[in-house]
Amino acid sequence: MSFEIAIDHRIGDRQIRLDCRARPGLVALFGPSGAGKTSILNMVGGIMTPDRGRIAVAGETLFDSEAGANVPPARRRAGYVFQDGRLFPHMRVRANLLYGRHAEAPMAFDAVLDFLGIGHLLDRWPATLSGGEAQRVAIGRALLSGPRFLLLDEPLSSLDPARRDEILNVIERLKRELAMPILYVSHDRAEVERLADQIIAL
Amino acid sequence: MILSSEEWGIVLLSLQVSLVAVGLMLPVAFALAWMLARLRFPGKLLVDALVHLPLVVPPVVTGWLLLLLFGANGPIGRLLEQTLGVSFMFRWTGAALASAIMAMPLMVRAMRLSIEGIDRRLESAAETLGARRWRVFFTISLPLALPGVLAGLVLGFARSIGEFGATITFVSDVPGETRTLPIAIYSALQLPGAEAAVTRLAVISILLSLGALLASEALARRAGGGRTNHVL
Repeated sequence: MSFEIAIDHRIGDRQIRLDCRARPGLVALFGPSGAGKTSILNMVGGIMTPDRGRIAVAGETLFDSEAGANVPPARRRAGYVFQDGRLFPHMRVRANLLYGRHAEAPMAFDAVLDFLGIGHLLDRWPATLSGGEAQRVAIGRALLSGPRFLLLDEPLSSLDPARRDEILNVIERLKRELAMPILYVSHDRAEVERLADQIIAL
Repeated sequence: MILSSEEWGIVLLSLQVSLVAVGLMLPVAFALAWMLARLRFPGKLLVDALVHLPLVVPPVVTGWLLLLLFGANGPIGRLLEQTLGVSFMFRWTGAALASAIMAMPLMVRAMRLSIEGIDRRLESAAETLGARRWRVFFTISLPLALPGVLAGLVLGFARSIGEFGATITFVSDVPGETRTLPIAIYSALQLPGAEAAVTRLAVISILLSLGALLASEALARRAGGGRTNHVL
């Protein structure tokens, strides 16, 4: 069992409901903009608290409104790659990558640099990176934080077609080599069909 | 420019008063700015209004209120005298207190703006990377707010070095204790034939204020690394 998500949450006049038990592998949350896909990732990552429900990943309960359980985001060990990268603008790439450094990271620092091809960017400031470079650094930062699962929020949306292919390849390799649950949000059907082991439509 | 030893004393006293005022007000102003920017609590509007009071009431009134509260017979003044042995009346400490209070609104405003400008999504990102609250504060929030903190320091220092009304009302004009640059300039203007002294002191106070601005610019460039984040 990978992601078990049963939540009920209201934002303004929008109701977000989901009840699913995902199989291991890459699970795509698929749906139109505004369906609450990113909100669900935020709830699994712990930076948003659902009104009601239960969230568990790989058998560990992260949130359960009935039991009063809510693991803080800092202890969830989610590898969250945000749509907009969210690199820290006041730190160089190296400091960004090492910010969440964790002993149980699935790949060592040098392996991550090789895997993502970002070794030459270490001394750059995030503001000077291209969209694709920034997204690769964001993926590297998430991997080095020792995640037990990955949350990918439309990691391709801000990229031009050439870069999209490059990041798609990276994600396919992640999926093959890391064998950890991945929750992937997208509104692009082709992308989801290429990557996903299971699709959850919203 | 040649200053007499008495004039040097005035400059040093002004620096001492302003640096102590801004230094002591820094943590207070930052805490207030953080509260006003981030927290919701009952009475917030009142706190906001009190913080801004020294900016909007005549400085003479602020000085009079300080007399009422911190004077020899004021409730806080008596308490501090009895417990810590700190007294403000006719002392440079009183001049520093008046300067700090007058600088507070400008410092809080600058810091509050920069705290409100922090992209909170970056703080969430840091949390998902395993950072606890204090680590997020010291490694993300504070560095991102730093330009505003520096701007607040410079504004506060400039306000402080120019402080006149509240100071002279609260602690009067005591040579060597409370006679800071503006008060010395005012006193000199009351005497015939002191134009040269007035000019010297005025030039010094202009140089001090400009120096503070330039120093903050240099600090902001450094703190901003390769980015363009300037106080000016």
